[in-house]
Amino acid sequence: MTALMTKLSRSRRRPLPLRLWTARLFQYAILITLALIILGPVITAVLGGLKTTGELYDQPFGLPSVPRWENYTGILSSGVFWRQLLNSAIIVVGTVSMTVTTSALLAFVFSRLVFRGRELIFNFFTLGLLFPVTIAFLPVFIQVRQLSLIDSYFGVILPLVAFGIPGSTLILRGFFRAIPSELEDASYIDGCGTIGFFWYVLLPLARPALGAIVVLQTIVAWNEYFLPLLVFTDDSKWPLTLGIMQFQGQFGTDWGRVMAFVSLLIVPAVLFYILTQRYIVTGLTGGELKG
Amino acid sequence: MGSRSTPRFRFIPRERSDALERSRGGSDQILTVGLFIIPGALVYTLFLIIPIIQAAYYSLYDWNGLGPLNNFYGFGNYERAFGHEVFQSSVLNSLVITSLSLLIQLPLAMSLALMVGRKLPGRAIFRSIFFMPYVFSEIITAIIWTFVYYPGGGMLNTVLGSIFPSYVPQGWLANRDIALLAVFFVITWKYFGLHMILYMAGLQSINGEIEEAARIDGANELQVLRYITLPMLAPTIRLTVYLSVLGSLNQFVLIWILTTGGPANATQVMATYMYRFGIKSFNLGFGSAVAVIIFVISLIFSIGYQRAVMRRDYTGAV
Repeated sequence: MTALMTKLSRSRRRPLPLRLWTARLFQYAILITLALIILGPVITAVLGGLKTTGELYDQPFGLPSVPRWENYTGILSSGVFWRQLLNSAIIVVGTVSMTVTTSALLAFVFSRLVFRGRELIFNFFTLGLLFPVTIAFLPVFIQVRQLSLIDSYFGVILPLVAFGIPGSTLILRGFFRAIPSELEDASYIDGCGTIGFFWYVLLPLARPALGAIVVLQTIVAWNEYFLPLLVFTDDSKWPLTLGIMQFQGQFGTDWGRVMAFVSLLIVPAVLFYILTQRYIVTGLTGGELKG
Repeated sequence: MGSRSTPRFRFIPRERSDALERSRGGSDQILTVGLFIIPGALVYTLFLIIPIIQAAYYSLYDWNGLGPLNNFYGFGNYERAFGHEVFQSSVLNSLVITSLSLLIQLPLAMSLALMVGRKLPGRAIFRSIFFMPYVFSEIITAIIWTFVYYPGGGMLNTVLGSIFPSYVPQGWLANRDIALLAVFFVITWKYFGLHMILYMAGLQSINGEIEEAARIDGANELQVLRYITLPMLAPTIRLTVYLSVLGSLNQFVLIWILTTGGPANATQVMATYMYRFGIKSFNLGFGSAVAVIIFVISLIFSIGYQRAVMRRDYTGAV
């Protein structure tokens, strides 16, 4: 049936190959222009890390005449960069592990168990979707200070977990619900308890969704700026986002150096993106987009 | 966001299965529910719910954030904010960014999804490129675009200068008249890919045979788009409008790093206003009031929109 229809539509299009071709050409022209607008600044930044500021001004897209590796070695040879990388890693690992654990448990309760007031409690948890951490950081900062978590990694990690819970729980709940209840019945017949079903059946099946949460929360925690800025008065705790702002403040218009620092962050980000794109898209679209 | 079960996730029958029936209501079950909810509930309540309730409380005080809370101010902070010209213009700027997002960013994302969405060869590459800025931190994005817009030898001036010989270099972020647009361009650069991905997912869930049937009945491509594709994409459109409005109202880091709300408050939005006049000037009572105003605006929009527009849609994803 489908094959027949494709055939029909093809035969309908055949008299107009020229029009189709110009349409295609037009489409590609738009797409390539937009791709250049997206990639242009990124490529300029990465190449710029190897240039002097003068070269960057005159030829933003050209290759450097002599690559200035000292832009990079200057940053990499200082202990500060590695310290900040470690701090970023601590924040990411702490935030991601705690968000995944808490929201998987919550999503299980809200998707698979039946009890009074379930929807009400679930709605209470989704309320947080309205308050992104970028807006709520002032009240959060006051609370972090009251709990004397200033200069503690937990002062950044726990708020990020709290603000990650609503979205992650919502996404995971959708996936958990899609797992057929026959599997649940079968596992109970085989002698699994509720927790056994959760651990041995549900979690392994929901691996793509868990992967999506890990990746999305990694991006959030790695990129967070204002919370660490307010919470860490001690700059030995600073993550890379604060480090690069300080670096930029220090070397303001020495764009070659600044771009070297930018590249050190953006090249891993692009690689991470290429490797995890599937998970990101799964998480954001509820697993609908393929190919 | 809501509790209605999504039509797309309705694989689980509505009526309870035997196993659920059997385990329902037992003391075992209640223990599991409690055990599983407590860790999340604790963190969520301590670091999200309580801070927001506290913000409402602090907003009634004149408080620098350090001393004791003894200077009750009633609704003075709110009166001050609403009477402040800079706050009024920051609300206006937030609305401008919201409207531009709806009028430019979403149609752009939609047309790209339509172009890249289906059969175009090379679509995976274009999709990856367009969505890539979504993973970049706002800090990195802002630093790169500070260079692009840099008045001296910035990238944009160099590029335009080599295309148009008579071009006069611009200070893109320093000019009151264009700074907000320049900022909006960066926001679009970073986020339109997200909406494109959502539209692409929506397009894929449409059964192509229905469109094919319309074509066989003699509809041209525009008619297919207008009468078949767009109506079937409506749930996705409603969702992206929702996300886009909330995202625009909450725009903060990118703008703060690019312009700190300047020049002369031309790019001040609600969130940058809160940071500038709440935290930076040690006026946490006032800042809390502004935070509460932003929350209330988001809440009203969200409830109103969900009641009026999204009520029949799925809530299972995003």
